Amino acid sequence: MTTRELLVDVSDLTVDFGSVRAVDGLSFTLEAGGALGVVGESGSGKSASAYALLGLHRGTGARVGGTVKVAGTDVNAADDAGLRALRGAKAAMVFQDPLSSLDPYHPVADQIAEVYRVHHRASRKAARARAVEVLDRVGIPDAARRSRLRPHEFSGGMRQRALIAMALACEPRLIVADEPTTALDVTVQAQILDLLHTLRQETGMGLLLVTHDVGVAAESVDDVLVMREGREVERGPVARVLGSPREAYTKELLAAVPRVETRRVVPSQRVAEDVTPLLEAVDLRREFGRGSGKVAAVGGVSLTVHAGQTLGIVGESGSGKTTLGRMLVRLLDPTAGRLRYGGTEIGSLSEKELRPFRRELQMVFQDPVASLNPRRSVGESVADPLRAAGERDEGRVRDRVGALLERVGLDPAHFERYPHEFSGGQRQRIGIARALAAEPKVIVCDEPVSALDVTTQAQVVALLAELQRELGIGLVFIAHDLAVVRQVSDRVAVMRGGLIVEQGSADEVYGDPQDPYTKQLLAAVPALDPGLAAARRAARRELAAA
Amino acid sequence: MTGFLIRRLGGAVLVLFALTAILYGIFYVAPGDVAQLVCGPRCSPAQVAQVTEQLRLNDPLYVQYGHFLQGIVAGRDFSTGTGVEHCSAPCLGVSYQSDQQVTQLILAKLPVTGSLVIGAFAGWLLLGVGTGVLSAWRRGRLTERVLTWLTLAGSATPVFVIGLLLIIVFCSTLQWLPAPSYVPFSEDPEQWAWGLLLPWVSLALIESAKYARLTRSAMLETLAEDHVRTFRAYGVGERAIIGRHALRGAVAPVIALSALDFGTMFGGAVLTESLFGIPGIGRELVNAVKVVDLPVVVGMVLVTGFFVVLANAAADLLYALADRRVVLS
Repeated sequence: MTTRELLVDVSDLTVDFGSVRAVDGLSFTLEAGGALGVVGESGSGKSASAYALLGLHRGTGARVGGTVKVAGTDVNAADDAGLRALRGAKAAMVFQDPLSSLDPYHPVADQIAEVYRVHHRASRKAARARAVEVLDRVGIPDAARRSRLRPHEFSGGMRQRALIAMALACEPRLIVADEPTTALDVTVQAQILDLLHTLRQETGMGLLLVTHDVGVAAESVDDVLVMREGREVERGPVARVLGSPREAYTKELLAAVPRVETRRVVPSQRVAEDVTPLLEAVDLRREFGRGSGKVAAVGGVSLTVHAGQTLGIVGESGSGKTTLGRMLVRLLDPTAGRLRYGGTEIGSLSEKELRPFRRELQMVFQDPVASLNPRRSVGESVADPLRAAGERDEGRVRDRVGALLERVGLDPAHFERYPHEFSGGQRQRIGIARALAAEPKVIVCDEPVSALDVTTQAQVVALLAELQRELGIGLVFIAHDLAVVRQVSDRVAVMRGGLIVEQGSADEVYGDPQDPYTKQLLAAVPALDPGLAAARRAARRELAAA
Repeated sequence: MTGFLIRRLGGAVLVLFALTAILYGIFYVAPGDVAQLVCGPRCSPAQVAQVTEQLRLNDPLYVQYGHFLQGIVAGRDFSTGTGVEHCSAPCLGVSYQSDQQVTQLILAKLPVTGSLVIGAFAGWLLLGVGTGVLSAWRRGRLTERVLTWLTLAGSATPVFVIGLLLIIVFCSTLQWLPAPSYVPFSEDPEQWAWGLLLPWVSLALIESAKYARLTRSAMLETLAEDHVRTFRAYGVGERAIIGRHALRGAVAPVIALSALDFGTMFGGAVLTESLFGIPGIGRELVNAVKVVDLPVVVGMVLVTGFFVVLANAAADLLYALADRRVVLS
């Protein structure tokens, strides 16, 4: 057996932030040219481990223990100059948020050239030429011209390509990618993963990929390391770990991952075809801006929401799905079109006339942190809709809030606690309790689980389905994640550029997509089975060529 | 860009217009007999009446204000008691006290205050931003603690204390410098600089404290941003990170504040001007307020306001130049 040179050799790594141990005795190796995926939920210590590979904890107040050897450098023992010689030249990092990870004030090529000149004796001109070369290499069209643009003039996918180009500039032997596709749309994510795959094949560099998304790992790595609470849970070839996991936690994690193949988990009530819908939108439009700057965010959308049923709205960023959701509960006024609720036209009602309907149309927001007032107790937040409805009796308010908290799976005694004392999933439950307080008939959920870990995601999705069956609420579930939408929806609408390109029952849309865009979306979803991933990759190439 | 400038100028004219109207209103309702003040304590009622007539103080407010506006646009004539004097546009009126035209008065004072402000401005920017960058860079070390303490002391000390100390030390005790005075640049540039050195230094010391703190906190903010982390992760040295990446992001609030300070300093450097005996706009303005010399007050305030507006428009342009994401509108 030939033993290849070890590119990364980590043994007994610990990282402490104050009294919190983020990484607790982690050991792993990566051979030259190999690819390792580090998978775990938020707080599992996966990013902290990745940062330790480049010594990025130095100077931050975090304490790092154990030994980390990367491309021959002992990272924890190296001096600052030794560390700088490693960073970028032998091992390069690709960060999660490509917009904030690039300097907004300088042209993209200048930033790449700067990095190149740190590690190579080169003139400014030669460094710029190198920058254009790598930008071209990562598939930026018309790279010479675009290289002079600043990051905000790039699209999200192009920014991530630019960051990867920066990583390639000095031909490192290892790329450490920390959630490189989390901020991207699913079709763009597929492109970036394909790019990393190709680059690895062509340059023979090693890849350490940190991700919360098991599907992303399945597509891109040879080995996978599952982390939890700073420790290794399971490690092995990706097909083995994902195909036949040995540890209970890995099984639990995999079971929680939503799959596009999975149909609605909790079945809803059957609705007869001729029943009047609860909420009906006809040719709803919304424009922003004036004159030549006018943009139609939603350009004529018709849909229906039935009691006890869920309409899933899926689309990528900028498709108009949030604008549509806000119009459905009249948080935004439609520019044109009709919106009928229980037989009444509410699209053009004044704020005052709308009052009696407000209570029955509720919304659950994406970011459970930002949508709860951090300076008020959660009980007060949940009580808001009750007070707004005119309830003055303090005892009754408390009883009702307690019952609501209990209903969404929280301790009623937590009335006096503040949002920061809860986890992300619990905060989303509070958001749901607040929406329920008004006894709504329709709830529009805008990306309600996209900020949550998969295990928490599954719990919140189950809660929504349960509540729906119990209370007969009509749900609109807006999300970019195709798998989640399939899990919760009876009907699905696919949005693109402010229009619905395809609408039908979940089985129709997912099982037999008609619109090319829907097909493209479905092909971009990472497959959990590494064997399938190769087939998907081929399918994507075919679609791109077509 | 052109559209932006036109809108900005239009806005400036409106602001200045409102400013003068408010000043007229305040002076009209303020207590005190202007004619008596102008004429002096020994004037007879008849003389006072004559002065009142001559200064047209009996006219209603809007008529007086109308004359003022007319003077700016078209110029106007004044009776000097013995004859008639023409004041050509843009005429800001004639001082009640000295019969001097306000426009002439301002033109005489402007270079004085301008010299003071420009030198001090350069000083406090250099000193303040430099200190701020240094203390952000050396965060948590002794350098930072000493600098923080110094800037706190600086911002807590009134200008006349620092100014007096400087005069005592450098002019009296050590006798290194001549007593501060104002010599026009056109007469003797060397004398001009030496005479203004102490006023520049005292103003710069006081003002720079504010800038040091602002720069420090803005630097710390940008140093914690993701793109700085990116360049650290690519082996870029700390010096280049500070100079090329962090400072660029930290200058925005500094530009905004310096625009305000630069403008207000034209009318607001009263203490410094008085202490060092510099005959600038601030000192003139205080004197004029004391004797209710309305034309002078309005004229000076107008000039100060003009510089504030101008400096702010310049700041917006600079800001858009520094950060290409900013769209001027």
